[in-house]
Amino acid sequence: MSTSAQEIDSYIGQKYKDGFVTDVEVDTFPPGLDEQVIAKLSAIKGEPEFMLEYRLKAFRHWQTMTEPNWAQLNIEPIDYQSISYYSAPKKDSDKPQSLDEIDPELLETYKKLGIPLDEQERLAGVAVDAVFDSVSVATTFKGKLKDAGVIFCPISEALQEYPDLVKQYLGTVVPSGDNFFAALNAAVFTDGSFVYIPKGVRCPMELSTYFRINAANTGQFERTLIIADEDSHVSYLEGCTAPMRDENQLHAAVVELVVMDNAEIKYSTVQNWYPGDENGVGGIYNFVTKRAECRGANSKVSWTQVETGSAITWKYPSCVLLGDNSVGEFYSVAVTNNYQQADTGTKMIHIGKNTRSTIISKGISAGRSQNTYRGLVKVAKNATNARNYTQCDSLLVGDKCGAHTFPYVEVKQPSAQVEHEATTSKISEDQLFFCQQRGISAEDAVSMIVNGFCKSVFKELPMEFAVEAQALLGISLEGSVG
Amino acid sequence: MLSIENLHVSVGDKPILKGLNLQINAGEVHAIMGPNGAGKSTLSHVLSGKSGYTVTAGTVIYQGKDLLDLEPDERAREGVFLAFQYPVEVPGVSNIYLMKAALNAIRKHKGLPEVDAMDFLTLVKDKVKLLEMDEKFLYRSVNEGFSGGEKKRNEILQAAILEPSLCILDETDSGLDIDALKVVAAGVNSLRADDRAFLMITHYQRMLDYIKPDIVHVLANGKIVKSGGPELALELEAKGYHWVEEQAA
Repeated sequence: MSTSAQEIDSYIGQKYKDGFVTDVEVDTFPPGLDEQVIAKLSAIKGEPEFMLEYRLKAFRHWQTMTEPNWAQLNIEPIDYQSISYYSAPKKDSDKPQSLDEIDPELLETYKKLGIPLDEQERLAGVAVDAVFDSVSVATTFKGKLKDAGVIFCPISEALQEYPDLVKQYLGTVVPSGDNFFAALNAAVFTDGSFVYIPKGVRCPMELSTYFRINAANTGQFERTLIIADEDSHVSYLEGCTAPMRDENQLHAAVVELVVMDNAEIKYSTVQNWYPGDENGVGGIYNFVTKRAECRGANSKVSWTQVETGSAITWKYPSCVLLGDNSVGEFYSVAVTNNYQQADTGTKMIHIGKNTRSTIISKGISAGRSQNTYRGLVKVAKNATNARNYTQCDSLLVGDKCGAHTFPYVEVKQPSAQVEHEATTSKISEDQLFFCQQRGISAEDAVSMIVNGFCKSVFKELPMEFAVEAQALLGISLEGSVG
Repeated sequence: MLSIENLHVSVGDKPILKGLNLQINAGEVHAIMGPNGAGKSTLSHVLSGKSGYTVTAGTVIYQGKDLLDLEPDERAREGVFLAFQYPVEVPGVSNIYLMKAALNAIRKHKGLPEVDAMDFLTLVKDKVKLLEMDEKFLYRSVNEGFSGGEKKRNEILQAAILEPSLCILDETDSGLDIDALKVVAAGVNSLRADDRAFLMITHYQRMLDYIKPDIVHVLANGKIVKSGGPELALELEAKGYHWVEEQAA
């Protein structure tokens, strides 16, 4: 017979697809964190003096801070001294100069992940920076981007080649003492991407970074800094995976976006960190601070995220709308299954006049997971005619999961218009039966119904990533009905 | 094609079907009529595999297979189609996407290659005309915001595309005005074929004016109490169900 609520539940328990471990020789720091570790890390990276100072200042501040506990999350205490803060594939001499010099096994890893690193996929026109544990492994398409004046490189490289540029912007959107995890990141970040789009340039291709945690007991702390100068445009994508391990692993990233007059950044994330097994053992703790500052008039930032992984997700990509007429958008799909917990949302801070923001959040909870939307829409005193539209929809699969919505609104300007719509629904047995009666298997039906639910977000993703996101959604929810 | 013997079905502790027998051969159109609560919809749900029903006795053999042994999607891929009395809305999933996924699932099961988007579009546009539907319905979310009549047409459109062997129409006439009924009936009639059978469940004679059944059955109190030709439907219309119920008692 067909699908009942209990059977929906019994479907839960799909295996993680990217959970392989790559066997490469690595240099890894012993676990522990103190000023010496930070100094050593900075030295290995050959960083300019100001970076070490920046890191140490952040570290000292971090030591005075406590973890935030306001989120709807149940987190086992994290022992920050048991984590290794640096892990890198061993290399004979310097950094690899071309793909040929990269450990074939590493390349194989990326192939398994479907990352377009090799020649044939270069034709696809995606420039990729791949971060493996702590270092950036390969950046494709550098030449072509250089011709356009675009800088796209690992942030460690940018610190050496464009130190002034990095110094000018680093920490200006997310200060080193912004929050506990941002401070930790500022102290120990190992790599990440740096992008600078000069005035008037429309980046000729999508830029993309893949992050992967491979080594055991390591944390990953990447830092991304993107600057879109006046009248420029860039679309940036990031993807993340990690192997299956029984221990929880820590990921604390910071992303800063700076958008000048008439510029636009479109930032898309497909996050597929290992979510832990069906009993909630293992998985990545994902504590991420992402913030964009629309400094210029008519500037625009669009965050699109598809969050299917991680045992715990704590993430609120935000927009500070400083420039007049600037626009912030947040499109999110967050899927939780088994024992995953997600507390995610956005902040839209309206400061400039005629600023507009849109928030579309789709939360899907299955298994025994908890999925929370937390958002803040703030309209400052001088932000005349600010407008916000928020839509938060939650979909429940099965009857043991939870969906929560915390929309905060603070308006200090009477001409502001703030709208909020929210729905909560369940995949009904009738919908499942209907699809099955047309010949579609229960799993495909769930995937189809959920994809339909997420459609308004997926259409914001670049084409090939929308396809990937849909597939990922299917995988994450496979086993969530029966 | 379909052979139901001594079928007993309960919902919870309550027996609904109490020893139903029915034989349907390929090419035939059977109509099942009966008073409210007789078990008509239960029959369509049990045949298509909806949950919530317990078969306590009896067998259902469909094309040589034990139908009750199959999951609902397996039954569908084997050619059992149910036109829903209340078609379900699936927000965000376009009609054309659902139909293509369904057709390809069925084709895959039969060992046929999947149809590509272009071929499918050609096929579907053809069928849309048959049901006098606007092509824009293809791109709207499944049944979302459709009127009652549009939903029923959409069901027959799906049948036309999926080409089932056994087509169960569960009160397809309910909620249709006379013009819509004619269109739906024309759609059904165009699907009549020597290798396809229909099981029409209806309260009213009027549907049978447009879709001529070969055999009419009266389902009352969980059993088929009387079977006959099309004239039986007319007699029921004139005399009401009490007449057969009394005869059967």
